Amino acid sequence: MHPAPSIIAFTALSGLGFGLMVFLGLMPGDKAPWVMGTFCLLALALASLGLMSSLFHLGHPERFIKALSQWRSSWLSREGVLAILTLAVFALYGALWVLTGAQLAPLGWLAALLALGTVYCTAMIYAQMKPVPRWHSPLTPGLFLAFSLAGGALLAGEITPALWAFAVLAALQAAAWRKGDLAFAQSGTTMNTATGLTKGEVRLLEAPHTGPNYLMKEMVFQIGRKHTRILRIAGLTLAAVLPLVAILLFEVKHTLAGLLVLSHVAGLFITRWLFFAEAEHVVGLYYGKR
Amino acid sequence: MTTLPQKTEKSLGLVIDLDTCVGCHACVISCKEWNTGNYGAPLSDQDAYGDVPMGTFLNRIHTFEVVPENRPAQTVHFPKSCLHCEDAPCVTVCPTGASYKRVEDGIVLVNESDCIGCGLCAWACPYGAREMDAAEGVMKKCTLCVDRIYNENIPQEDRVPSCVRTCPAGARHFGDLSDPTSSIFHLVEERGGIDLMPEQGTKPVNKYLPPRPKDTELDVLGPLLRQESPGGFLGWLDQQLEKL
Repeated sequence: MHPAPSIIAFTALSGLGFGLMVFLGLMPGDKAPWVMGTFCLLALALASLGLMSSLFHLGHPERFIKALSQWRSSWLSREGVLAILTLAVFALYGALWVLTGAQLAPLGWLAALLALGTVYCTAMIYAQMKPVPRWHSPLTPGLFLAFSLAGGALLAGEITPALWAFAVLAALQAAAWRKGDLAFAQSGTTMNTATGLTKGEVRLLEAPHTGPNYLMKEMVFQIGRKHTRILRIAGLTLAAVLPLVAILLFEVKHTLAGLLVLSHVAGLFITRWLFFAEAEHVVGLYYGKR
Repeated sequence: MTTLPQKTEKSLGLVIDLDTCVGCHACVISCKEWNTGNYGAPLSDQDAYGDVPMGTFLNRIHTFEVVPENRPAQTVHFPKSCLHCEDAPCVTVCPTGASYKRVEDGIVLVNESDCIGCGLCAWACPYGAREMDAAEGVMKKCTLCVDRIYNENIPQEDRVPSCVRTCPAGARHFGDLSDPTSSIFHLVEERGGIDLMPEQGTKPVNKYLPPRPKDTELDVLGPLLRQESPGGFLGWLDQQLEKL
């Protein structure tokens, strides 16, 4: 699948922002109002930036309000509705805390729950795609939630939860790659089932046209796959292993925490790029490609 | 609403005969012509006369080679367009309700004024039946020529999808696949019509008729060319001349 920068930014940044909201909602601690205010603004900025960048992916962004209508059937619609609800509830929670000093814990729990729900819906947009076997797995929402919680915990400075989240993240990412590499073959979709020509070996003799088309650009993206191995190692190391080791070995204070955030975000972007670039759509079979 | 109807009154669709298709691409061109000039946004082209021409098409012809064991290879021209699936995954993913399946005839359509161009429906379709138009930013797909089949302003014989009307080989058939009395239903029964990617669970309405197996004897004409030599004087003369 084409790794569109707008979609990578959308899933990565909004995941970080909502993850931070989870920890600010569940374990705000006894932060001074201005500290809480700064954290809240950071969470809101990350989530809103992510959501806004998703608009750049649309052919008609001015009609985005229509996308909130089909929450009964569409994960994308659910994601939109929940994202707006989360932003509103969390903004209210943060504003009351900072401006009036009212620390309404239940409102924080609600914001955390909504934030987790939003990240789950974002992941389900991809996990529901049966024609993309690598994505069509419960590991996809698991991985998105783990990324969100690990990044959120680190940003919030909650080191103990972060430690656990990084461990889970590393394990889930490794499992997702391991299972993902076999997913296409296990899906049962082949050139034989795609064409219904089951009586022998099938190969593409002539493509429908000499140039590219929308389908090939969007769903038969093959650039950079040969660098997969090195990118996987770099992504996993930066996103999870390095922060995990650092937390175990050192006392994580401001400067180190800042560096770990940079490392994690770099790893997040690399693995998210791979999430798209490595995913193969079954439509490629009609073009003799994967 | 982007939930699918429980049941449609009809299941209009195509039956494509892979044994008959000659791969002339006439249906591709007639589809592009009709759907550019009629319902919805035109099917645009980008860099049409340049180095990398690209454009929106609702119907494309792939050509495959199938090599059965111990049999000669076979070339199969393979037209591909929307299959108007019963369980259309493109419809349920739509966040705006722009994509829908009609209760009255089962046609899957896009309401272009509601489409935000997110492209999710094209991802959800395993067949690659939907293409985003680069000029309009909305999703385009086969409408089964909904603006022809019910059009009382055109002659009766033209009230079929443009691709079906155009096919010079008669490889494309149109009708109600849920009607056991229809000729198209019988055709599918008779020829063992199949679904594409049945494992994807989309329950396509369109069916494909598999190519008939080729003869195992490669030298079909040879035996016909072997002639008895004429008898009598001319036969004798022929034999003598052969010997020289």
